Amino acid sequence: MEIPNDLLYTIEHEWVRLKDNRATIGISDFAQSQLGDVVFVELPAEGMELTKENTFGVVESVKTVSDVYVPVTGKVVAINKDLESQPDLVNSDPYGKGWMIEIEVSDSSSGEGLLKAEQYAEQCKNQE
Amino acid sequence: MSQDSSENLKTTPLFDIHKELGGKLVPFAGWNMPIQFAGVVAEHTCVREKVGLFDVSHMGEIEIEGKDAKRFLQYLLSNDIEKMSDGTILYSLMCYKNGGVVDDLLVHRFSEDHYFLCVNASNSDKDYEWVARHSASYDVKTKNTSADTAQLALQGPESEKVLQSLCDVSLNDLSYYNFKKGKVDDIEGIISRTGYTGEDGFELYLPPEKVADVCRSLMRQGEPFGIQPIGLGARDTLRLEMGYALYGNEIDDQPTPLEAGLGWVIKFNKGEFIGREPLLQQKEQGLRRKLVGIKLLTRGVPRSHYRMLKEGEPVGEITSGTFSPSLNTGVGLCYVSKEYSGVGTRLEVEIRNQSVPAEVVRPPFVPGHVKK
Repeated sequence: MEIPNDLLYTIEHEWVRLKDNRATIGISDFAQSQLGDVVFVELPAEGMELTKENTFGVVESVKTVSDVYVPVTGKVVAINKDLESQPDLVNSDPYGKGWMIEIEVSDSSSGEGLLKAEQYAEQCKNQE
Repeated sequence: MSQDSSENLKTTPLFDIHKELGGKLVPFAGWNMPIQFAGVVAEHTCVREKVGLFDVSHMGEIEIEGKDAKRFLQYLLSNDIEKMSDGTILYSLMCYKNGGVVDDLLVHRFSEDHYFLCVNASNSDKDYEWVARHSASYDVKTKNTSADTAQLALQGPESEKVLQSLCDVSLNDLSYYNFKKGKVDDIEGIISRTGYTGEDGFELYLPPEKVADVCRSLMRQGEPFGIQPIGLGARDTLRLEMGYALYGNEIDDQPTPLEAGLGWVIKFNKGEFIGREPLLQQKEQGLRRKLVGIKLLTRGVPRSHYRMLKEGEPVGEITSGTFSPSLNTGVGLCYVSKEYSGVGTRLEVEIRNQSVPAEVVRPPFVPGHVKK
């Protein structure tokens, strides 16, 4: 189970890569392995304002539909268009080519409460 | 077969093998079954292109024997038992008095007086109770042999090659919907050329105490052919690509089998059978709804109970839907009003408040390769 140290996480299994006021977001290795083969990813439009803890999209495997949640409040500045034709990137490279959206953070306090790698690892152990 | 009392789920004799092979176990019809191993898409593709092995021991078996066996089954089932000879199999419905379906099943004839049924896992007990109850006025004995029968399904273009190497009876003269008694890996069993995938393949009925050994032998023999263990997830995508009905989704205790397109196994002219009157009436009045296949024209996955729309107006509901690994698109089955059932009709699937364009197609969605 991969849980990179330089990322932050939510209990809903999203990861966040924070650089200045930009946040890149995807779902974790744990999440993709629980889902199985991802066949469809629904993402918000660029420019959308997102609020922490709302849903920003959906990840579908053959058997399940899973909501993905906003980890930090801000505006969508980029979405990963590769996921349209290659949704399986979420399975093969969840922290790299499987990234989903990039947010321009408008409320940096919304980043409080995100889990560090060791805390997230603990969460995953409890859910196994 | 044993009861796992900690979760109240039943397990098949292959439970340990499932865990060894990395199966992801989930509850299904009261059983703890593997939904996937390597992944639904990989397993699906393996069955279409090579060969896959399924544990279907959770299915039910019912044996019927006696002087009145043929007459009894002719009354109990919708298809024409008179047409059967030794070693043949028929797909049939077993109906309620109102024309709804008790179960869809396969009936196998050993001899004129001796048959067995293979029924859905989810209906096993209900079906036996139904069969036993209706047998009272016939000179037959009925037996629920589910607990004494394990079942494997070997499916895919390489399945004959894999099985023949372990089998003492010839398979190249065993045609579709026929069966033979024989030995698999030196274990006595029944080998039938049937399946739920649309590919050439076999279903093997074996003693529960020996099925794990046979499973391991088949996996070993199948290795050079790329055999994989297959879970229930791929079982569903494979049958859906063929447009095969699933009890509980396309058919249930409501009188829909004619609407589901199953008229071909309902033989009104054979004489009296349970459910004949209301179904005949329905047929004579004309059907108002039909089960059709739909294929999405853009990305998305249709799922059970999603609404079908025609220019925004509701016209039906999806009964089964999935992502088709072979077509790389969403496919499904749904009941629509007859006027929208023509092939090529443009409809929409309502997926989370969006109308996704779809088109009516006649299943199968992909060509089948069963042995003629």
